[in-house]
Parts: sequence; structure tokens; C-alpha cells
Amino acid sequence: MKGLLILSGLGILAMMAEIFKFKKFLLPITLLGIAAAFGFNLLEWNNTMSISYFDNMIKFDNRAIAFSGIILLTAFFWFILAGNHFKEDTSMVDHYALVLFALVGALMLTAFTNMTTLFLGIEIMSIPLYVLAASKKNDLNSNEAGFKYLIMGSFASAFLLFGIALVYGASGSFDIATIKTHINAQAGDLPLFFYVGVIFMLLAMCFKVSAAPFHFWAPDVYEGSPTLITALMSTVVKTAAFAAILRLFMIGFGEISSLWSGILSGIIALSLVIANLSAAMQNNVKRMLAYSSISHAAFMLMVVLANVRNNLSVDALVYYSLAYSVGSIAAFAILYSISKHGEEGIEIFNGLSKRNPILALCMTVAMLSLAGIPITSGFFAKYFVFTAMIGTPYKWLLILAVITSAIGVYYYLRIVIAMYFKTSNQEQIESVNFSNRFVIIAATFITLVIGIIPGFVAEMFKF
Amino acid sequence: MLTALIILFPFLSALMVFSTKGNTSRNLALSASIIEFILTLAAFFIFKNNSSSALLTFNHSWVQSLGINFSVTIDGLGLLLVLLTTFLVPLIILSSFKNEYENPRSFYGLILVMQMALIGVFVANDGFLFYVFWELALIPIYFICLLWGGENRSAITFKFFVYTLFGSLFMLVGLIYLYNHTNVQGFKSWAIQDLYAAGQSLNENQQSAVFWLIFIAFAIKMPIFPLHTWQPDTYVTAPTQGTMLLSGIMLKMGTFGVIKWLLPIVPLGLQKWGGTAITLSVVGIVYASIIAISQKDFKRLIAYSSIAHVGLISAGILSANQQGLQGAVMQMLAHGVNVVGLFFIADILLRHTGTREIDKLGGIRSMNGNFAVMFLIILLGSVALPLTNGFVGEFLLINGVYQYSATMAAFAGLTVILGAVYMLRSYQQIMLGERKDSNIAFGSIATSDKIVLIIICIVIIAFGVYPKPLNDIAEEGVKLVMLNLK
Repeated sequence: MKGLLILSGLGILAMMAEIFKFKKFLLPITLLGIAAAFGFNLLEWNNTMSISYFDNMIKFDNRAIAFSGIILLTAFFWFILAGNHFKEDTSMVDHYALVLFALVGALMLTAFTNMTTLFLGIEIMSIPLYVLAASKKNDLNSNEAGFKYLIMGSFASAFLLFGIALVYGASGSFDIATIKTHINAQAGDLPLFFYVGVIFMLLAMCFKVSAAPFHFWAPDVYEGSPTLITALMSTVVKTAAFAAILRLFMIGFGEISSLWSGILSGIIALSLVIANLSAAMQNNVKRMLAYSSISHAAFMLMVVLANVRNNLSVDALVYYSLAYSVGSIAAFAILYSISKHGEEGIEIFNGLSKRNPILALCMTVAMLSLAGIPITSGFFAKYFVFTAMIGTPYKWLLILAVITSAIGVYYYLRIVIAMYFKTSNQEQIESVNFSNRFVIIAATFITLVIGIIPGFVAEMFKF
Repeated sequence: MLTALIILFPFLSALMVFSTKGNTSRNLALSASIIEFILTLAAFFIFKNNSSSALLTFNHSWVQSLGINFSVTIDGLGLLLVLLTTFLVPLIILSSFKNEYENPRSFYGLILVMQMALIGVFVANDGFLFYVFWELALIPIYFICLLWGGENRSAITFKFFVYTLFGSLFMLVGLIYLYNHTNVQGFKSWAIQDLYAAGQSLNENQQSAVFWLIFIAFAIKMPIFPLHTWQPDTYVTAPTQGTMLLSGIMLKMGTFGVIKWLLPIVPLGLQKWGGTAITLSVVGIVYASIIAISQKDFKRLIAYSSIAHVGLISAGILSANQQGLQGAVMQMLAHGVNVVGLFFIADILLRHTGTREIDKLGGIRSMNGNFAVMFLIILLGSVALPLTNGFVGEFLLINGVYQYSATMAAFAGLTVILGAVYMLRSYQQIMLGERKDSNIAFGSIATSDKIVLIIICIVIIAFGVYPKPLNDIAEEGVKLVMLNLK
């Protein structure tokens, strides 16, 4: 909870940096603040005392702390990466403030216990991102991305709100735990519009994580937005949305899983097929990563699907989020570092192994991790999902996931091949400044370490 | 303890090789691989004295909460394959001395990493660990083929990678399914005995599903018809050392996998589907042999001959009797040595004459008699002439398949005849007769090449005349497997 307050304070502070002329110190202050938020968050770990706030609307239990930890870690890396980017830019403080506010929303999503805080979290997180997506003001694509994101996002929010209203109408409460008791008490006797509300909420959340067939905005928005913002969207936003889905559908609607698990399995199957087939056809790396993020969303949704029966999968989602966030942030950091003039085609990776071997090695690790090859963390993430799924009746989905994973390897390896095999027309050494290098190497390091000793993470996230 | 050292040593030497330059890399890699061979010989003698010596096992918890252990043991079959691996790797490294590879430290480093993963596969006693090593072996060989391969390598290695990974993922699902059915006092376990027990407790349909999930991975790696389409292209395109690793050792991952990780797990599944799998293997034998006859490129011919050989090994294993399994183990060892020799011959031909086309070559015997003799010995080993190392295995294999089905054995036996046809014919065309192209000269071959060929020839004859030491271990190892089959 203190982390949430610190971030809000930081956001306000960032807005004042321009007026009080401490722009220079903003980056260190922000990094310190995020580190402090991370630390304070951790202090609440295993705190058995009641940790509810605001009339039981937010509750930081261990799962919430784990998810916020991942979000804050990713954000920490992100700010180091973004530090230089906004240096000359006059809009630096706006960017900082917007991202910090988005983080506040993300943290709320990990810890809500009430549907109003869920909606607030979604909106607080999304609205800054609409602006950020359009932050390359002179770029038509960026404007389009922002606009598209806004329209589609609002649409999803409206669905969510409608769903919340219906569920409230049927159960008489916004509180997740109360709704759950209500479902148990009224089993089989709930009005139809309650179920409709649950389905609406499911669809809205799938929209937010860009699962097919609600994914059409994702590739365009990912491509149009500035690379750094895309990195933020595909890591922080995804993690937060999944924390929310897990909470909502495990605690809230877990009892009526027979209602939504069929629909969810359809969404997962579609996402797997569409995302992987489309990703294989992309030449733009950002678009490719957008589709890859849809495919990863499908994997994470599988955890939600399996969770109802299998307790193992809770920490599976935490582990998956961590592995995916770290791998993605490394990939985006490398993409951002080498596309100096905004080119995003796969050609920019040509011959990278000659121009900068370390970078090529890190990118290889990131790609192998996203593809789920041992001994990277992505492999264990996939392993946990498979283990969770094998106990469910949805074994066909598992087989589909295996087949599409093999397709997935195709497009991840294309980048590896480009780096090691294709020759580049530019021969100069690719130099990367210190802060970017730090993020890339640190993220790669984490990917490998939690891949080699996953036990450390898996033990920690036993809930 | 020794086992852990045998796994770890190549990896540590690889790290050292990565930090060297030029000729130092290859010399360091060669010495490391020779030391590794000596370590394995030590393991061999320890095993001979006391096959359950504590030195040969190593057990350490990896992910405790999931029942994953770093548990490795050198048992009879594992020992033979580790011996094969550590024997071949120095030869493979030595065989590259006359090829100038760009960026040698990565090349030799990757070979050593590969060696680590291969040994890991052969000694793992934990299902999860086995899978990790299995996948890990794919990465170095992928880069070896991608970076130092021949024409059109990126598309071909790609197909290879995706193909094998596809199979592996199915295997992962199969193994997880088994893992989910294990129950050791309320906990799940990845230990091999627990997986055996879990597999045997399943009903016939479940066992059939697991059989196919796991068999596909092994069948792709071997490869078995009709999953072989990646193999000829990959073998031809890969650099010679890559091809040697693939055909000499990596292929054995598949056959070894069937013996240790499939047969004892799904006896009912095997009863139901073993016949189908044997039929596929035998179809592969005939099909590959016929294609091999019409090949023009010598390297491609060997690639197809390898499909034929491995088809026979697979049929022998799947017939699941003492002779078949024992023959398979012996043939795995013999094939590993012979095929490496043959690929090396193809490489020497290419380096000296600039071509591997059988039609363009001819009369080399008159230019270099010693080479012709060594080529002949390796070739006879490959067609399994009595008193060469190939004979014992092939004889036992056909015997084993015959016990399963006489018809199958008749078709499988074709491999002997057809193998002799394409091998002797290509020898005749390449080595005998007149020089077809007067531009082609064939001088004396380099010392390092000679050493490799001589060692291979000695092994072929030595283990053809006196196969007993290996055969004894194979027999004991197979008996243990047979116990689990009952």
C-alpha cells in the first residue's frame, strides 16, 4: 500500500519538476522512489495482519505484492532505459508523470478487492497510456495508435462497466468476496443477467490483454506507438491485467467456472492460432512482438483456465509474468537501442553478431526465452503452464499450444538468423550507451538465473 | 561424483575455449576432449569392478517443490553411449584441423557444450533433467550448422530446429502427463523409477497416447520414416563436424531414448502400437536404401544409408527382446564410429578433389593406396562384414526382429543386401577404375587426418574381432531393461 502512495506522490512531484526546475534530478528521484516502493511493498510480505485499505477496497496480500514487485521491477528497468530518451525533449516531465500514474493504476489492479477499484485501476492505467501512445506528436502513425487505443480501450471499459453494473444488480455488492458468498448461497438461482455481466467482464478483460478475437488494435497500436511505450504496454500493462483477471475470476467467479471456462478456452484457442500464424508473417519487429504478446496472453489465460482445478497454476502465472516481462523488456531495449532512426524492419538485426556480439547474444537469450527453450526462464514458464493444463479436461488446448509453440519458434528464430547469418550493409560497430546496456544485460541475466534456479522463485510464490 | 564431473568438465572447458583465440582454441578443445575420454575410461573401469559404485551416481535437489532432481547415473547402457560420445568428440575435433573455420573459439566451444548436453542425456535419471539436456543439445548444433554450414543453410537448419523442437514439445507433454500420475507418498516425482511405475499403472488407451507423444520426439531425432525429411538436407548442409555430431552421437539420443524412456514406461502401448512403429522403421529401411542407390552426392548417400541403419536399430529395439535390444546397442556403437568415418572420408574427398559427386571421381586408389585401404575398412564396417564391428550388432538385430516377425525380418534383412549394393558401387566408382577428370589430383593426406582414419579403422577391426567387453556390458544393461519390461 505504501508503494501505491509513494508512486502517486512521485507522479505529482514529476509534474512539478518543470516549475521548480529540478528536471535534472527527476530520473534519480524516480528510480529511488520506485526502489522505495518496491522495498515498502516487500515489507508487507507475509504480513498476517489485516492489510485492507479504504473500507476493504484494496488488499495487498502476497499475490498482489508479487505482481506489484514484477511491475515495479519492470518499471525500474524502463525508467533507466527511458532516462536518456527524454533528455532533450521538453515533454520529459509529462512522460514521467503519465507513466507513474499508469503504474499507480497497475498496482491497484494487482490488489483490488472491490469492483470499483478494479474499474478505477483500469482507467487510471489506461488513460495515461492513450496519451503516451500518441506522444510522437508529429508522427501520423503514433497519432493513429493513440486514437485507436483510446476508442478501443473505451469500448472495452464500457463493456467492463456494464458487466460490473449487471453483476452488482444481481448480487447487490461490489465486493468480490461478498459476490462469491452470494454465488454460493444462491447457487443455481442467479438471474440470467448476472451471468451476462460475468461474460461481459470476461470479454472486457480479454480485450485489455488483447486476446483474439479482440486483438485487432494491438498490432497497430504496438507498431504506431514509440518503442519505449510499446515496451511498457507489453510488460507492465499485461502483468497488471493478468493479476486482475486472476483475482476476479479465481476469487470472484471461480465457483461458476463452468459458465466461462468454455468461452475462455475458445478465446485461448483462437489467440494461439491467430497470433502465431500472423506473427510468422510479420516483417516489422514491433508488430511481430505484438502478435507474440497475444500468444503469450493466451498462455497466461490458460493458467487462469486451469487454475480453477489446479492450485499449482497460481504461482505459474506469477512466474510467467516475470519471465515474460523480463524477456520482453530485454527484447524491446535491444530493438530500441539499435533502431536509431525509427526503422523497425527485421533487417535492422542483420549482422548484429558482427557489429555487437554482446547485444546479439542477449537478443538470442531473449528470443529463446520467449520461444520457451531451456535453460531460459521462458521454458519454465511454459513448463508450469503445461503442468497446470494437463490436469484439466482441456487437453486438446494443450496439444494446440504445443503445435503453435513450434510455429512460434519460427519467428523468434528469424531474428536470431538475421543476427548471425545475414550480412548488413552498415559495417560500423553498434554502440549502446551505458544505461541501455545495463538494462539489457541485467534483464538477460535475470532471464538466465531464474531459468537455471526456478526453484527459488517457485518456492517464493507458493500461495 | 565422477558422473557430475564428466558432465561438467566439457562445459568448463567450453568456457575456457570461448576465451581463447585462433589455434589455441582447437588445441585446448582437443586436449579437453581427450581428458574427458580418459575420465570416461576411468568410469568404465570403475564400472567393471563394481557396477553400483557410488562414484557413478550423483544426486542433488534442483527444484525441490516440483520433485525435480539433478540425478545422474552411469549405468551399463549409459556408460557405452558416454564412451561413444567421449571417444568420438576428440576425433571430430581432430578431423577439423585441416578446415579453416572462421571464429574457431565459438566453433570448438559449441562442440564441447554439445558434448556436455549429449552426455547429460545419456546419464540423466530424472525425467525433467533428461528433457532439459535433450533440448539443450539442440542449441549448439543449431548454431554449428547455421554459422559454419554450406549452401542454403539458414532455411535448412531452420527446418531441422523447428522439426525437432516440435517433437520435443510433444515429449514434454507426455512426460508431464506421466509426472502427473506419479505418486510417492502423496508427492509427485520426476525420478525415472517413479515415471516407470506411473506409466505402467495407466490403462491401454492412456499408454497408447503416451507412447505416441514420446515416440514422435525420438522418431524425429533418429529419424524414422516418414519424419525423416529434415535429415538428408541437414546432414549435407552442416559442416562435416556438425554432421558427425548429428549422425554419430545425436541420432543415438533417439534410439537410446526409446530403450530407456519409452519401452519400460508403456508396455501396453508398445504391445498395441509397436507393430506399427516397426513397420514404419522397416519401410524406412527399404525406402532409404533404394534412394541411397540413386544418389550422386556421396555425403547425401551416407545420409540416406544412415536412415536405413537407424531404421533397423529402431525395429530391433521395438521388437523388445534380448537379441533385438542387445543388437541395437551394439549397432549404435558401431554405427556411431562407422558413420563418422564415412562422413570424414566424404570430407577428405571434397577437400582434395573439390567434389563429392560420385560420377566425377574415379581411380583414386592408384593415386593414394593407403587411403583406399582405410576407406575400404570403414566401408566394410558399414556394410557389416563379419570381423568388422558392424557385424555383431546387425546379426543380433535381424535375429531380434525375426523373433518378432519373420516377414519384417525378411524386409529388414534387405538392408544388408542393398547396403552392400550402394556402398560397394560407390567405392568402385570413386576409388577404382580410371581417372575420369584429369584435373583431379589426390596427393597424400595430412597427418591429423591419417590419425583419425587409423584410429577408426583400428576400432572397427578390434571390436569386430573381439566385441566381448562391450557386448558383456550391453548384455547386462539390456537384461536390466528387460526386467522392467516384464
